[in-house]
Amino acid sequence: MANHLLRRIFQSALILLGVSFITFFLLFVLPADPVRQIAGRSATPQTVANIREQLGLDQPFVVQYGRYLIGLFQGDLGRSYLQKTDVSTLIAARLPASLLLMGAGIICELVIGLAMGLVAALWRGRVIDKTLMMTSFVTVSAPQFVVSLLLLYFFAVKLGWFPIGGYGTFSHLVLPALTLGILGSGWYARMMRSSMIEVMRADYVRTARAKGLSRARVVLRHAVPNAILPIIAMIGIDIGIFMGGIVVVEGVFGWPGIGQLAWQAIQRVDIPIIMGVTLVSACAIILGNLLADFITPFIDPRIRIR
Amino acid sequence: MTDAAASDLARAPASAWSRLLQRKMAVFGMVLVVIVVGAAVLAPWIAPYDPFEQHFDGLTIEGAPMPPNDVFPLGTDLLGRDLLSRILYGARTSLIIGVIANGIALIIGTLIGITAGYFRGWVGAVLMRFTDLMMAFPALLLAICLAAIFQPSLWIVAMVIALVNWVQTARVIYTETTSLAERDFIAAERTIGAGTGRILFRHILPHLVPLIIVWGTLGISTTVLLEATLSYLGVGVQPPTPSWGNIIFENQTYFQSAPWLVFFPSAAIVGLALAFNLVGDALRDVLDPTLRGSD
Repeated sequence: MANHLLRRIFQSALILLGVSFITFFLLFVLPADPVRQIAGRSATPQTVANIREQLGLDQPFVVQYGRYLIGLFQGDLGRSYLQKTDVSTLIAARLPASLLLMGAGIICELVIGLAMGLVAALWRGRVIDKTLMMTSFVTVSAPQFVVSLLLLYFFAVKLGWFPIGGYGTFSHLVLPALTLGILGSGWYARMMRSSMIEVMRADYVRTARAKGLSRARVVLRHAVPNAILPIIAMIGIDIGIFMGGIVVVEGVFGWPGIGQLAWQAIQRVDIPIIMGVTLVSACAIILGNLLADFITPFIDPRIRIR
Repeated sequence: MTDAAASDLARAPASAWSRLLQRKMAVFGMVLVVIVVGAAVLAPWIAPYDPFEQHFDGLTIEGAPMPPNDVFPLGTDLLGRDLLSRILYGARTSLIIGVIANGIALIIGTLIGITAGYFRGWVGAVLMRFTDLMMAFPALLLAICLAAIFQPSLWIVAMVIALVNWVQTARVIYTETTSLAERDFIAAERTIGAGTGRILFRHILPHLVPLIIVWGTLGISTTVLLEATLSYLGVGVQPPTPSWGNIIFENQTYFQSAPWLVFFPSAAIVGLALAFNLVGDALRDVLDPTLRGSD
């Protein structure tokens, strides 16, 4: 177990290194010039050359990437070209907002998804089951911006229950978290449904029924806890999916997290910030997957690690 | 997925087809696909107006977009263009990108998966570690970044989507190929001296066809959603070329007063993605005997 853990952590570090290399390389070869952005349109060629030299952007790729890596090993993500601040400071300032949104989003999708799956499984084959399964298909077929805009229109513009965007209070959190919850609920609903159906067939459920327990008690005390277990590992993978889409939700709702930071940086070709956010997201994805891997054997001892 | 699945499709496509037709959700999905493909192909004939024409009577006296009315069935956009015509032509953009980007992604994924799965050793190891690496990439962030830095065109958008979308296919094809490569009939082929190319493309690839069909179908909906998102952010297909995503992007300032400019393109996006998801999911059930009867 400890051995396996060490190997996985080593592999993860290599993957992170690879992600940093590819991102750096892409940003190096792409036809976007950060110096132009910094110097502005009216800068003389001399100014442009000076800035390029100051930032070390006149160096060959290997030197630039080498410098970045050395910094990275010392925990230094570099400085933003335009904001003149350390990237790690910028990210640290934005990360709590993103994590809050992610946590709230995961709670929403679990509540919505598990409830849908449970109802569908208990009334399997009925109209309610078919409706819920169709709904789950619709939620996995909707892009984030569509769900965001629809929720915004009905609950903020029409009904005025929630603010149109921003950050700070609980009511600011509701719509963006609900967006993530609705989008993620489809997968959980389908997993919960098949998990419940399987559990309800198990011997111990039949035994519990035979003992004379009521159906409600059997479902709530015996079936549901066992059906949820295999789904918990999915939360890890979900962190990755969330990190991928963070730019859109934060953009629509004006949520000041790392997604917005990345979006602004992309538009201004602020390479150190783009690198930093990409690496932080990749870290989150890798950690999520590791979590999923290591939680599974604790939940179900039958699944042994090699 | 086993041998039987492949032969189901190879020998008796009729049976797979008829099982597909028994599923109401799949039929509904196929109907949606036919509607969208029909709209895309027939756009020049069924669209009431030219999608680029800015109508003189297409804006209100205040210069705002017009709600749906007798002249413009779905209303007009911020430049007084007919929304229905733009949505119909937008179906072309979505489908072109869906087919091209997904096609490229499918080819890359299949080639990497089949090579890694058959050769194992260091070739396989390198390819699969690279695939793991791509899995850890925040795909949307990468796509936005690439699309924003290039001058976005239809083809660039398609390429960007293909580059971030082949990973799932590669993983699935890899797993299946490794198990196929250990089968007796492949060993037999090797013993009688069949070349690697022949084994891969004449014997292994045909068994992968059902998987490729399933992931190809599901992939179209991922692709369409990604294109819509990029276009919505303004880094995808550029106006005036109509795309469902960029219609919403262009008109977002009128979102509160003219919500139909968001509703109708949204419905189109969700409809198309839903269609391919429904068909793909049903295909998976029909073509994969290990799942049969589980529902």
